[in-house]
Amino acid sequence: MHVDLTRRQALAVAGAAVAMLSTGAFVGPASAANDARDQLLAFTGGVEPQMGRVALDMPEIAENGNAVPMNVIVDSPMTDEDHVRRLMILADGNPSPAVATFHFSPLAGVAQANTRIRLGGTQNVLAVAEMSDGSFFMDVREVKVTIGGCGG
Amino acid sequence: MTTRRDFLQRTAALSAVLPMGWRPAFGKEALSQQGLLDMPPVGRLTLIHLSDIHAQLRPIHFREPSWNLGVGEVRGLVPHLTGHDLLARYGIAAGSALAHALAYPDFTDLARSYGPMGGLDRIATVIAAIRAERGAGNCLLLDSGDSWQNSYTALETAGQDMVALLARLSPDAMVGHWEFTLGQRRVEELVAQLGFPFLAQNIRDTAWGDPVFDGTAHFERAGTRIAVIGQAFPYTPIANPRWMVPDWSFGIREGELRASVEAARSAGAEVVVVLSHNGFDVDRKLAGRVAGIDVILTGHTHDALPEPVQVGRTLVVASGSHGKFVGRLDLDVRNGEVQGWGFRLIPVFSDVISPEPEMSAAIAEMRAPHEVHLRRVVGETDTLLYRRGNFNGTFDDVICDAMLSQRDAEIALSPGFRWGASVLPGEITAEDVYNATAMTYPECYRMTMTGARLHEVLEDVADNLFNPDPYFQQGGDMVRVGGLGFSIDVGAAMGRRISDMTLLRTGEAIESGRDYAVAGWASVNAGTTGPPIWDVVFDHLRDHGPVAPGGGSHVRVTGA
Repeated sequence: MHVDLTRRQALAVAGAAVAMLSTGAFVGPASAANDARDQLLAFTGGVEPQMGRVALDMPEIAENGNAVPMNVIVDSPMTDEDHVRRLMILADGNPSPAVATFHFSPLAGVAQANTRIRLGGTQNVLAVAEMSDGSFFMDVREVKVTIGGCGG
Repeated sequence: MTTRRDFLQRTAALSAVLPMGWRPAFGKEALSQQGLLDMPPVGRLTLIHLSDIHAQLRPIHFREPSWNLGVGEVRGLVPHLTGHDLLARYGIAAGSALAHALAYPDFTDLARSYGPMGGLDRIATVIAAIRAERGAGNCLLLDSGDSWQNSYTALETAGQDMVALLARLSPDAMVGHWEFTLGQRRVEELVAQLGFPFLAQNIRDTAWGDPVFDGTAHFERAGTRIAVIGQAFPYTPIANPRWMVPDWSFGIREGELRASVEAARSAGAEVVVVLSHNGFDVDRKLAGRVAGIDVILTGHTHDALPEPVQVGRTLVVASGSHGKFVGRLDLDVRNGEVQGWGFRLIPVFSDVISPEPEMSAAIAEMRAPHEVHLRRVVGETDTLLYRRGNFNGTFDDVICDAMLSQRDAEIALSPGFRWGASVLPGEITAEDVYNATAMTYPECYRMTMTGARLHEVLEDVADNLFNPDPYFQQGGDMVRVGGLGFSIDVGAAMGRRISDMTLLRTGEAIESGRDYAVAGWASVNAGTTGPPIWDVVFDHLRDHGPVAPGGGSHVRVTGA
């Protein structure tokens, strides 16, 4: 996951990092309930996102569940007329599903974010993008978090 | 593009190459070095494939598995056929030499007839013969890894013996897995000595994601430009101790591999080879998803297949383990693409293929200081000892019994490694024990685990083997158990495969809340303490007289 950060991208990621902290993803209380679907629908205003345009790249099996690399890029020209507004990351098996919401503007140039996230166990990670025309696109990746050992 | 003519040529090549070698007349009387090596040549370029030698310098016996279950889409496909099913699939006569090399039936009797297999000095002879026939400048020798560990001398020398002796074969590239259990610093030291590329497109440093090793090597052989892209075992830091490679991150990295293939083609490669330690099912899936790969030379899962498996235009070649086989793939490359091929899985019968004298001498010299220690008789067995297979082998039963008795445990857990040579009934030498245990994190721990935790461990390992998506299969074979019986439904979902867990000592069901005394070895956790597992096994063999393990009768398998 080698990403050459341009200044624009660095700013986009930095802005996204602020948004991530505001969701409190890393300090949520342990709770059996996971309302990932409710949060997704709250994000989209009840619209079912379409699969496509969003490419979420994560390892199939996490080497360390406490810091799983995540790279997400949304196919968008990022012009005033057509750009990504927000990108929400959800983990459907964590005690608290909200991981991060990245905010973009056409000034970002590219709708891409690269960070590490914490996964409490094997689960699906969802990346949902809100486009400037009000449509929603999504990608999903299953990530396995395993005890390990016994290899080969 | 494949034209009808190309197709006919390929078919002709197939029919010319395969039936000749594998006809039933390939019996023990007929064995000759020339007969083992012969194949009708195709084209000018030859790839010579070694895989999963596991540091075995001398000929050994290695019993192929009874159980090698495929789940999901690969159920019933090779390499998930074993024994008579495998022989029937390839039309190999039971009792023939090749049947013995590829399948378990009558293993002990046939092992006595046909003798041990492998030995780096015999492999040297095979490689020299191929190079002599084809022209050294038309051959590439490629090693799919697991070469530097899992013998006593490889452990004692931290891989130096293997690096020095393999260098005599002049390999062109290799990849790794167990190599990394020497620790990242030692791997870097040895790689610096190689003089040929140690490839891994899928290893990046954890901080920045920068490549740690070269991903691709370019060669020109037989007037053909060839790119070899290396793929290390993707789950090394999960299946083996992460603390040994703290700064390196692995993974399949399919997207990056796709980019490497495209870059190789753009740079003018006419043939793209992926030299892989992914394991067969991962490579089969990869071949169907990443366009532009001509050949995957696979490793890790130790499969020995007499023919490549074709996935679209990609040939997936599996050349076995422990030095039992050398794979020879001839390629006819014209107009910038592969037009035809021929393949021979050469079985290295050590009584038939003459040892290359210089390699023999070098092996003997390296082993000399250790011979007395290695030849020491440490026990006796009335039955064949083997490990390979999805569930407990007889050698695993001995190791588990050793842990139960020597560590005063109720339950023993032993890793489902695919490596470990087999031992014929009779004396057990120290080397036999090391061949099943020699590795860098051998501490035999003793701890308490709740029944719930034991269940979780078994479920976790089972999913690493039987997840229907190969990309989610991380491990070796199923964890071996002693003192514990269980049922496994391999077709069930994660968390639902394991049931009927029973403490064999009492016949009572395992209670989820109770603590059990558990002994095990090969923990991936740093700071594990305990005696090395080989000493535990030596003590057990000394105390208990001849062993006669039956092999896994306390594991019930369904859903296969």
